[in-house]
Amino acid sequence: MSAVNKNINDKDIQVILGTLLRAGVIISMTIVLIGGVIFLIHNKGVITDYKVFKPELAKFSSIAAIFKGLLTFHGDAIVQFGILMLIFTPVARIVFAIFSFLIEKDYLYVLIGLIILTIITISLNGGLAH
Amino acid sequence: MSVLLFTIIVLLGAFLAGLLGSLTGLGGGVIIIPLLTLALGVDIHYAIGASIVSVIATSSGSAAAYVKEGITNIRIGMFLEIATTVGAICGAIVAVYLNANYIAIIFGCILIFSAIMTLKKKVDHTTLDDTDKWAKFFKLNGSYPDKGTDHQYAVKHVPAGFLMMLFAGTLSGLLGIGSGALKVIAMDNIMRLPFKVSTTTSNFMMGVTAAASAIVYLHRGQIDPGIAMPVCIGVLTGATVGSKVLLKAKTDKLKIVFAIVVTFLAIQMIYKGISGL
Repeated sequence: MSAVNKNINDKDIQVILGTLLRAGVIISMTIVLIGGVIFLIHNKGVITDYKVFKPELAKFSSIAAIFKGLLTFHGDAIVQFGILMLIFTPVARIVFAIFSFLIEKDYLYVLIGLIILTIITISLNGGLAH
Repeated sequence: MSVLLFTIIVLLGAFLAGLLGSLTGLGGGVIIIPLLTLALGVDIHYAIGASIVSVIATSSGSAAAYVKEGITNIRIGMFLEIATTVGAICGAIVAVYLNANYIAIIFGCILIFSAIMTLKKKVDHTTLDDTDKWAKFFKLNGSYPDKGTDHQYAVKHVPAGFLMMLFAGTLSGLLGIGSGALKVIAMDNIMRLPFKVSTTTSNFMMGVTAAASAIVYLHRGQIDPGIAMPVCIGVLTGATVGSKVLLKAKTDKLKIVFAIVVTFLAIQMIYKGISGL
């Protein structure tokens, strides 16, 4: 592959990567905003209490719990779903990068991308937090 | 305090944090955490969870622009992400077991360090000496466009830079911040990257690094929608406005004023942490 050709390829990848990141942020933040409005309408008068960290009171502390909560249309569940999408935006970026390095036949960086994904998958194992 | 009032106060504070964080280059996380803990009495675990979410939002948003311009070195970014994500997860796990007072003290120290770093004059360490065998193996050397011409650069001291990134990632996971100051040290001073490349690449890495620790925080129950919602909306809006203003404003004086304010906040956090032990 000629050097010029490779640069053009890289440029394309960078434009798509940039668009992917921006779209992820805009979509997830819109969901957070919608959830936030619903949450405020229903809970505006409730008294907040964040003085002491009480992990046992957290309602949406797993992906399964967030999806279950989403079915109830509660504002806080929608917010948490938006946050979950935001968290997965950079992860989607890694998946995309792996495919683009595969097309470029840069297998070293395909491997590096897979290593990062593995590390993140390990952190998905909730057991780490307990 | 009612949920509505709390949301409005946090929204305004987060907007200000995002604005100042982007104007000074310090990042929104380092300001929103003292604000939540000192002014509103929020437990630092919740503050960290909310802050890390805002770090993902701002870094992904601005990375989009930099990546398109072709300044970000995606290979360096991904290579170092191995170190930052491992560090971030370790940091986030340690944070779970660490007493809130110790976290506050460490946070204060890092805050002072970051404030000093924003004031220090940057020295250009770039080199064209492309003999580093790690840099060659991982294809890290590159070039970036500036005013129509391509600038070549070579990368040095890859293992040392990698170790520093492991440390930066750990602090990021422990404290819920982007730890940009440490990442820039690793890339500018150790690996000898040009400023433009190091700042944009560090920003590019922040999203994945923060995502790794955010997942641990989520499972631990540290991400509360009631706090995270106003924090991420506020910080992202502030940072977006800040990046627009940044092109026109002179930030030298602002940086000094800001460094003093941040140092003051840092001392308060350290004091609060020590007196709570």
